[in-house]
Amino acid sequence: MSEQYLKAYDEHRFVSSLPWLNSIRASAKQQFSQVGFPTQIEEEWRYTNLAILNKTLFLPAVLDNNFLETECLQQHILPDVWSMVLVDGHFNAALSNLAGLPDNTLVMSMQEALVQHPEKIEAYFSQAVSEEESGLIAFNNSWFMDGVFCYVPANCQLEKPLQIIHVSTQANTMANTRHIIALDVSAQAEIIETFIGVDEHYACVAVSEIFLADNAQLTAYKMQSESDKAFHFGGLYIKQARDSQFIHHNFAFGGRVARTDVHTDLGQAASCDLNGLYIGASRQHIDNHTRIEHNQPHAVSKELYKGLLDERARAVFQGRVLVAEQAQKTDSNMYNRNLLLSDKAEIDTKPQLEIYADDVKCAHGVTVGQLDEKLIAYLQARCIDEATAKNMLTFAFANEMVEKVNNKALYKQILAKVLEKFPQKGIEADWL
Amino acid sequence: MLSIKNLHVSVGDKAILKGINLTINAGEVHAIMGPNGAGKSTLSHVLSGKSGYTITEGSVTYKGQDLLALAPEIRAREGVFLAFQYPLEIPGVSNIYLLKAALNAMRQHQGLPEVDAMDFLTLVKDKIKLLEMDQSFLYRSVNEGFSGGEKKRNEILQAAILEPSLCVLDETDSGLDIDALKIVSAGVNSLRSADRAFLMITHYQRLLDYIKPDIVHVLADGKIVKSGGAELALELEEKGYNWVEEQAA
Ligand SMILES: Nc1ncnc2c1ncn2[C@@H]1O[C@H](COP(=O)(O)OP(=O)(O)OP(=O)(O)O)[C@@H](O)[C@H]1O
Ligand SMILES: [Mg+2]
Repeated sequence: MSEQYLKAYDEHRFVSSLPWLNSIRASAKQQFSQVGFPTQIEEEWRYTNLAILNKTLFLPAVLDNNFLETECLQQHILPDVWSMVLVDGHFNAALSNLAGLPDNTLVMSMQEALVQHPEKIEAYFSQAVSEEESGLIAFNNSWFMDGVFCYVPANCQLEKPLQIIHVSTQANTMANTRHIIALDVSAQAEIIETFIGVDEHYACVAVSEIFLADNAQLTAYKMQSESDKAFHFGGLYIKQARDSQFIHHNFAFGGRVARTDVHTDLGQAASCDLNGLYIGASRQHIDNHTRIEHNQPHAVSKELYKGLLDERARAVFQGRVLVAEQAQKTDSNMYNRNLLLSDKAEIDTKPQLEIYADDVKCAHGVTVGQLDEKLIAYLQARCIDEATAKNMLTFAFANEMVEKVNNKALYKQILAKVLEKFPQKGIEADWL
Repeated sequence: MLSIKNLHVSVGDKAILKGINLTINAGEVHAIMGPNGAGKSTLSHVLSGKSGYTITEGSVTYKGQDLLALAPEIRAREGVFLAFQYPLEIPGVSNIYLLKAALNAMRQHQGLPEVDAMDFLTLVKDKIKLLEMDQSFLYRSVNEGFSGGEKKRNEILQAAILEPSLCVLDETDSGLDIDALKIVSAGVNSLRSADRAFLMITHYQRLLDYIKPDIVHVLADGKIVKSGGAELALELEEKGYNWVEEQAA
């Protein structure tokens, strides 16, 4: 399948005046021509079949300024944010709002950044993830169209979140984007990435490289609400310098085949907090991969991913924690909890711990199963019948992750989405 | 209100309750004391309808009905409330949601309409003040991250909202400091009325200083071995359970 992409994408070569970029693109193309899209032979892709890319040849969308469904788009843009809208992979300035950013903070499209600040992009590009990571990264390196560049200077705290909205509007197209996000020393920011699209077959590939300098703090949300017919790949690759903090909330609701990679490399005493919620129904396939590397001492990683699967949905969770020999005093825990609501639903969950240091605290756990009978009994002792109790607890299972969202408007949006996806009736929206 | 006759209960092959006889009338406060493992919690669980117990003999009549034939949630709606010895945490379900869902289920059972949202808020705020809890507890997940004492107070808050007829308190006083004990006791005392009865399981006479029982029972090895007035608790504290068990033997 990869050959047809190679051939088709040859016409869509992006040639720039930047020799370093041309060489990255050329090398990535070479790499892609060798490895192609990931296959199930690769350990990291064992449970996920990308045949969907074969059924349709997803080509880059031509810029379509007739995008009229702004109403639908507007309801996804949160109040009180700086927003950047990418329509079919191309930045749309008219739909975006970046007014009033603090001095020295740079937020712009990747295309603009390559013109205005090529030296900055060059310094960061491919530093957090390389073309060898997977065929999809090579593909993205070679053919990314646009994306977002965000740089927050030292000691600067962005007082509003930056929301990046990916909208796919055309059938059979692929949006292929690349972000670079860099927070300088002690900078602080919140980034919300939203993925939506029309009810069509399309593909969205979004790769982000994130750089947190010493003591920087980033909270990032991902709200993946693609069409149930779409292919989605989102990769987040983070380099965390010492004392930096990264908090991630990953909500995976949409896509026919959806995959998210979150890889972070922790510096000394850095911390990451990875939260995830995936809800699948019909024949959705939702795959989440995380990799946490403890290469320095005293770092802390916490991870909790929860999944709710109904009908014939399938999910994959693969979480790797690597603790290098010198990473003493590592404190790490990783949990994956799943509820299967139908006997046709399926989860492949695989936590992997590789620990080479001896003075560490590491815990992990996986559950796949049913609701806690004791909790059902407790609710029954409080007047609630068994069916309602199960319903409440199923919702609560998901709601635990939603409640971690501190941004009020986003919280409401996600809650609405969960209720919409929620398989059982009778759950009231007033859980507050 | 409640009449337990010759109740035998086992878990698997193990007999735990071995012939309990107990009658509680409306308006009365009964205390049950007894050594660890005597079967006190088992009795409370059997009354509330928890599964996993086999009734091998005997009967329980509540307000004229066969209590053991009712589903647990029906017992609760009929006014049997158990404050658990170890209240469970329910992540993702807020306290106020549970209170509302429970109250509405009870009202529906009684043929009453759903509680009005404003009335409910007023009621809840009133009761939460009574138990000297912060309002923020309403919006937190049920018991999640609560201290031991906060969990116990939360159980009494639920009772205060549901206004049950028969309140079974399983070691609600254990682990409370003196201030919390006073607050919880005040909450319980505010519920006392001529048409409501209490069954309090406790290890400590201290509780009975704040909630004066009409009758004290000693439960040992699955049987009530002695019953008496409030003074029995004082005697027990002084002489220990062995004294009663020896007397009974
Ligand atoms: N599910 C069970 N399976 C096996 N044994 C049980 C079970 N539940 C209770 N038991 C046993 O029954 C006996 C009575 O337990 P119960 O919890 O009722 O005691 P208790 O009087 O409440 O004690 P405590 O004062 O420690 O709370 C104990 O020996 C206990 O181990
Ligand atoms: Mg007990």
